[in-house]
Amino acid sequence: MPPAVILFTLVKILLLLVVLLTAVAYAVLFERKVVARMQSRWGPTRVGPHGLLQPLADAVKLLTKEDITPSSAFRFIYTMAPLLSLVFALLAFAVIPFGPPLTLGGVDAFQVADPDIGLLFLFAVSSMGVYGITLAGWSSNSKYSLLGSLRSTAQMISYELAVGLSVIGVLLMTGSLSLRTIVDAQAGTYWGFLPRWHVFPQIVGFFCFYVGAIAETNRLPFDMPEAETELVAGYHTEYSSMKFAMFFMAEYANMVAVSCVATVLFFGGWHGPLFGPPSLQVVLPLFWFALKVFCFLFVYVWLRGTLPRFRYDQLMAFGWKFLMPVALGNVILTSFVIVAWPALSRFWS
Amino acid sequence: MPNYYIQSYIPILMLLAVVILLAVGMLVASYLLGQHRPTREKLTAYECGITPTGDARHRFSVKFYLVAMLFILFDVEVIFLYPWAVIFKELGIFGFVEMLLFLVIVLAGFAYLWKKGALDWTKADSGGL
Repeated sequence: MPPAVILFTLVKILLLLVVLLTAVAYAVLFERKVVARMQSRWGPTRVGPHGLLQPLADAVKLLTKEDITPSSAFRFIYTMAPLLSLVFALLAFAVIPFGPPLTLGGVDAFQVADPDIGLLFLFAVSSMGVYGITLAGWSSNSKYSLLGSLRSTAQMISYELAVGLSVIGVLLMTGSLSLRTIVDAQAGTYWGFLPRWHVFPQIVGFFCFYVGAIAETNRLPFDMPEAETELVAGYHTEYSSMKFAMFFMAEYANMVAVSCVATVLFFGGWHGPLFGPPSLQVVLPLFWFALKVFCFLFVYVWLRGTLPRFRYDQLMAFGWKFLMPVALGNVILTSFVIVAWPALSRFWS
Repeated sequence: MPNYYIQSYIPILMLLAVVILLAVGMLVASYLLGQHRPTREKLTAYECGITPTGDARHRFSVKFYLVAMLFILFDVEVIFLYPWAVIFKELGIFGFVEMLLFLVIVLAGFAYLWKKGALDWTKADSGGL
């Protein structure tokens, strides 16, 4: 690659990370604010107007705290675990298309890379996140950490099956693993008014995907690994200072990633009504994408403010005995409809 | 273009490098900026204020191994469905019937596991597996 392209790619990557880390920091504040209002509280209000500088204050606090490594811990793995979690959480954004193709200086402006196997890459990277949690629990040499990480690992790999099966319906309809092709397949409308989003034909697949993804990011009502009333804090009980913050950032980055993937696969990505002058038309797709991601983040917080935690055996039974068969049924049904469509449409007309 | 495939991964490798630098930078920054006043009690594992007894790495339920094994078995089948789904429209009715046969075999295994109680978490449900 020519040096200019490498330079532009680097600038794009740095911009992406700045936006992403700001989004992650403010997702924490957003959650605290919204959950507070759902519980008739105010949430953070002291730092800056309406508490808007709270993430900054948190970052400074976490950076200057004492970093404690328990003397019985396996030091190397103990240090590597939060690093792994964060790196893989942020790496997942490499293949997500944030906007329509727009080439600036030989580089696609709104997507880091578009490999043909984008979706497969996404699942590979996001499932690597399990290692961070497993190793954190094992290396801490604390009973709460170990129990939390065991539960968390079992939960994440169980729900990964349902998530993996739920997107096959989308693959059947588009015939591609490239996320950009999947978004492009959702342009236009059905019958002139309904957006051609995959969520309408694939409503069952979307349900399985979203429930499984919430369980995989360890969020309520599936936040079993850090059931604070029984396991203190689960796998990161022993972690303090920036290492704790890195687990925290990884969790929120995963939430944002899941919201982005749900938007790309089921809600048409950046597609939305375009109007106004050409300068506005460049910005609008990004706005639609951000708006959809924001809605998913709100649903995450809404669920947390509404639902109680599952019991562990109910959680595992739900994943294996309900979600997985339903997702598999969706695959069979979708493939049947696609095969039988010519015959079916002849029958009706 | 033979090196197209490699080229599309270079930006991903660059992102990986930047992200690793970022994460290591965070660890180093917190090491440099944070305080260091270790005491013996502070460095013991947390057990709600009680002195920890013994090692944490005890034996744990075999159920966790079972879940991991089942995951590997079924995840391979899920991944097998991906290439099939991508070229499904070209395969047509032939691909549909072939995959249906495959899924019937998988589902027979799934039903056996379910019947055997491998998917039940508590002993009471599973009849003591």
